[in-house]
Amino acid sequence: MEKKRASLLRNPGVQTLLSSLLCILLGLVIGYIALLIINPAGAWGAITAIVKNFWNYGRTNLQLRYLGNTLVKTAPLLMCSLSVLFAYKVGLFNIGAAGQYVAGAGAALYFALALKMPWWVCMIAAILAGAVLGCISGALKSFCNVNEVISCIMLNWIALYTVNSLLNPVKNPTSPYTMGLTSVNPEAVMPSLGIEKLFTNNRYTTLAIPLAIVIAVLIWVLLSKTKLGYELKATGLNKHAAKYAGMREKTNIILTMAIAGGLAGLGAAMMYLTGFEEWSVTQSSVPAMGFNGIAAAFLGGLHPIGAIFSSFFIQHITNGGGYVDMTMYSSDISDFISSMIIYLCGFVLFFRQFMSSRLARRDEARKGGKQ
Amino acid sequence: MENPYAIEMLNITKRFPGIVANDNITLQLRKGEIHALLGENGAGKSTLMSVLFGLYQPEEGVIKKDGKEVSIKNPNDATALGIGMVHQHFKLVECFTVLDNIILGMEPTKNGFLQKAEARKKIVALSERYGLHVDPDARIEDVTVGMQQRTEILKMLYRDNEILIFDEPTAVLTPQEIDELMQIMRNLAAEGKSILFISHKLAEIMAVADRCTVLRKGKYIGTVDTKDTTVEALSAMMVGRDVKFHVDKEDKTPGDVILKIENMTVASRMHHNNAVKNVSLEVRAGEIVCIAGIDGNGQTEFVYGLAGLEPLVSGKITLCGKDITKASIRSRSVSGISHIPEDRHKHGLVLDYTLEDNIVLQRYFEPEFTKAGFLRRKNIRSYAEKLIDQYDVRSGQGPVTVARSMSGGNQQKAIVAREIDRDPQLLIAVQPTRGLDVGAIEYIHRQIVAQRDAGKAVLLVSLEMDEVMDVSDRILVMYEGEIVGELDPRTATAEEMGLYMAGAKRKEQ
Ligand SMILES: Nc1ncnc2c1ncn2[C@@H]1O[C@H](COP(=O)(O)OP(=O)(O)OP(=O)(O)O)[C@@H](O)[C@H]1O
Ligand SMILES: [Mg+2]
Repeated sequence: MEKKRASLLRNPGVQTLLSSLLCILLGLVIGYIALLIINPAGAWGAITAIVKNFWNYGRTNLQLRYLGNTLVKTAPLLMCSLSVLFAYKVGLFNIGAAGQYVAGAGAALYFALALKMPWWVCMIAAILAGAVLGCISGALKSFCNVNEVISCIMLNWIALYTVNSLLNPVKNPTSPYTMGLTSVNPEAVMPSLGIEKLFTNNRYTTLAIPLAIVIAVLIWVLLSKTKLGYELKATGLNKHAAKYAGMREKTNIILTMAIAGGLAGLGAAMMYLTGFEEWSVTQSSVPAMGFNGIAAAFLGGLHPIGAIFSSFFIQHITNGGGYVDMTMYSSDISDFISSMIIYLCGFVLFFRQFMSSRLARRDEARKGGKQ
Repeated sequence: MENPYAIEMLNITKRFPGIVANDNITLQLRKGEIHALLGENGAGKSTLMSVLFGLYQPEEGVIKKDGKEVSIKNPNDATALGIGMVHQHFKLVECFTVLDNIILGMEPTKNGFLQKAEARKKIVALSERYGLHVDPDARIEDVTVGMQQRTEILKMLYRDNEILIFDEPTAVLTPQEIDELMQIMRNLAAEGKSILFISHKLAEIMAVADRCTVLRKGKYIGTVDTKDTTVEALSAMMVGRDVKFHVDKEDKTPGDVILKIENMTVASRMHHNNAVKNVSLEVRAGEIVCIAGIDGNGQTEFVYGLAGLEPLVSGKITLCGKDITKASIRSRSVSGISHIPEDRHKHGLVLDYTLEDNIVLQRYFEPEFTKAGFLRRKNIRSYAEKLIDQYDVRSGQGPVTVARSMSGGNQQKAIVAREIDRDPQLLIAVQPTRGLDVGAIEYIHRQIVAQRDAGKAVLLVSLEMDEVMDVSDRILVMYEGEIVGELDPRTATAEEMGLYMAGAKRKEQ
C-alpha cells in the first residue's frame, strides 16, 4: 500500500496535478494574509467570496447564470493559454499572446461594427489578425534571430494603439467604448445554439464555450499525434537536429507563432463577439487576458486538457473577486488578490521539481534507516 | 600502515528505471595511479563515475576517501573532496570564453568584483606546467574539441583536484592530441594525482593505465594489472567473447559513379578563408572512400556542404546523375543520402525525444509512419524494436527510453542503425564508431562493408587511423580544406599518410 502510494507520487502527471493544487492553495493563503493585513475583519468573508464566485448566490438559476458569465470569459482565456503552451512546446515563449489577442479584438470588432460582417467572418478576421502578428515575431526570430520575447512585447503595444485608433470611428459618441454589438449588428453575435438555456438565459453563453474545449482537444491531438506536432516539437527541442533531419526549422518557427497568434486572436473573437464587453478605445494598457494565459498554461501543467481546468479556475477567482465587500476594501482588491493567486500559479514547475527532489531525498533517508 | 587507496567505491548499486546500471561494483583507486575503466556501451561506466562525482546517489554501497567514509550528495561535495570530472559530453558554456569557463563557480572576487587577472595568471601557469595549450580569450563555440577538452582539464586543475575522472576523453581527439593527453595524464600521476580513465581504445589503456577494472552489463568482472594482460584478453573479458580487430572484406571493382563533387568550396564559420577549397572527388557504387585528415582541416564543413547544412560558395554536386547542388536537405536525403553526423548531440538526436522517435527522425514522413498527417505509432514502435534488436541498442526501457538517459555509445548505435537501415545510395559516415566499444565497432564496420558489397557508395570521414586503413577502399587526405593526396590502403603506410595529413607532402598536380 505504502509502495503503491509512493509510486503514484512519482508519476509526472500526478506530480504536476499536485503542484498545481499546491500553487492554488498557497496563492489563496497568501491572498488571505494580504487581506488580513489590510483589514482583518473582512478577510475571511472576502476570501470565501472569491472562492465561491457564483455560489455567492443562493438560487440555482442565479448560480447557473453567473457560472455562465465565468464560462464566457473562460473561453478566451483558454485560447490564450493554448496559444502560450503551444508555442512553449516548440521552444518559444509567446508573451505576445496579449498583443495577438488585442489584434484579434480589433479585427473582430472592426469587421462587425464597421463592415457589418456576420460573426463567422469576424471570427476568421480575428484569427488572421492574431496569426499575422504571430508571424511577424516568428519571422523576426527565424530570419533576424530577434528574441521572440522582445519582439512580442513591442508588438503588444503596437497592436494596442493600432487597434485603439482603428476602432475609434466605431466608438460610442458618448463613451470611450465601441458601440454595442447587439444593437449595431446582431448578425455578428456568435450563435448561442441553445446553450443559453442551460445558463438561465445568459445570452452571452454561446458557441464559443464548446468551441474552445474542442480546440483544446484539437491542439492536444495536433501536438501528440500528428506529424506536424512531431516536427514542431523536434524543432523546439533541438533546431539543429530538426534542420539535419530536413525539417524546415525556420518555417516551423513562423508556423508555430502563426498558430499561436491565431489561437489568441480567436480568443478575442470569443470574447468580443458575444457582446459581453466592449472595447475601450482610450485604454492604455494591454488587456490582461493574454498574460493570464501564461499563468493558465503553467497551472495546467502545459497540457492542453489541463489548460481547460486551469483557465476555468483562474477565471473563476477573477470573477469571484467581484464579490469582495467593497465597503471594507478598495475596489482594486479583487484584482490584487486574483493576480496574487495567478502569480503563484506560475510556480507549478518549481514545485514539481521540488517535489521530485524531496522524494529522492526521502528515499535516501529511508534506505539509511534500514541499514 | 597508511591506506594505499585514494578512493574506494565499495559495493555500489545504482538502479535506473528498467535497468541496474551498477550492480554491486567495487572499485579501488590507488594514490598516484592511472586506473582504467573498461566495459561495453551501457556497461555502467559513466554512471559509476557520476556516482563518485555526486551526480547520482547510489541505492547501496559506500564511498571512502583515504580510508574514511564520505557522503557525496552533489558535485560541490565532490569538488570539496578534491574530485574533478571531465564528462563524456563536455559541460562548457558555449558563449563564454575559455577563461570564464574555467573559473565558473570559483570566480575570484574582491568586494564583489571579478578579479580575472589573478585567475588568468594561475591558468597560464597551469597550462604551461602541464602542456595544456589553450587560448584563454577564445570562445568555446569557436575552438576545437581538443581545446575544449584541455579547458575541462584545466578546470579540474584550477580547482586543485587530486582525483581526476576522465570519461572517454580520447573519443573526440585526434591521434596527436591523444598522445599529448596521455603524456599529460602521466605527468599528473607522477605528481601524485590519482586518475580514473574511461576508454574503449584498448591500446590506450595498455599504454597509459596501471590497472584496469572491467565491467559488463552493470556487473563487476575483475581488475587486472595492465602489464600482465593483453589487448585480446581485455576485450574478451569485457565482451565475453573474442573480438576480431580487423575487418574482412573482399576486393571489389567499383561500379558507376554515385557521387560526383566538382570544385566544391565552402565558407568557414570561424575565419574569413574558405574552409573547403575547390574539392573535387568521386565515389562509386561499391566502394568506401575515406576522407582522412587531422581534425579541423575542413572535413566538417565539407560534410555540411555535401549534406546541405551549409550553402556552397561554389561548385557542383551530382548524385546518381542528378544535380543536387541547390537541393534542400530533405530532398537530398530522400534521393538517397544518409548521414551519420559528427556531433551526435547537436545534429544526431533530439535528446528529449524517445528512442523510437529518434529512430524515425529521417523517415517519420514516409507513408509507413504517417497516414493523413497522423503518426502511425504502432508501425513506429515495431520498426524501432526491430532496429534496437538488430543493432543491440541497449537502454533501460527500450523504444520509450528518453534518448538523453542512454549511454553515449548506445546513442551512437541508434543513429548508425537509423542511417544505415535507410538503405541509401550514398552513406556519409562521419566518425561512425566514435565512442563505441570494440564489439560494436566490429559490428558497425561489418554493416558498412555490407553496404558497399550491396553496391552502395560510402563516404567515410574518420580521424581514426586504424579505421581508415582497415575499412576503406581508397583514402583521400584532406589538409587545410584541400585534397592533398590519394592513397591505397593496401599499399600505403601510416607514416606516408601522416606526412600528407601534416601537409608535409602533397600529390603532384
Ligand atoms: N539518467 C539516466 N536515466 C535512466 N537510465 C540511465 C541514466 N543514465 C544511464 N542510464 C542507463 O544506465 C546504463 C548505463 O549507462 P552508462 O552511461 O553508465 O554507460 P557507459 O558504460 O558509460 O556506456 P558508454 O560506453 O556507451 O558511454 C545504460 O543502459 C543507460 O541507458
Ligand atoms: Mg559513458
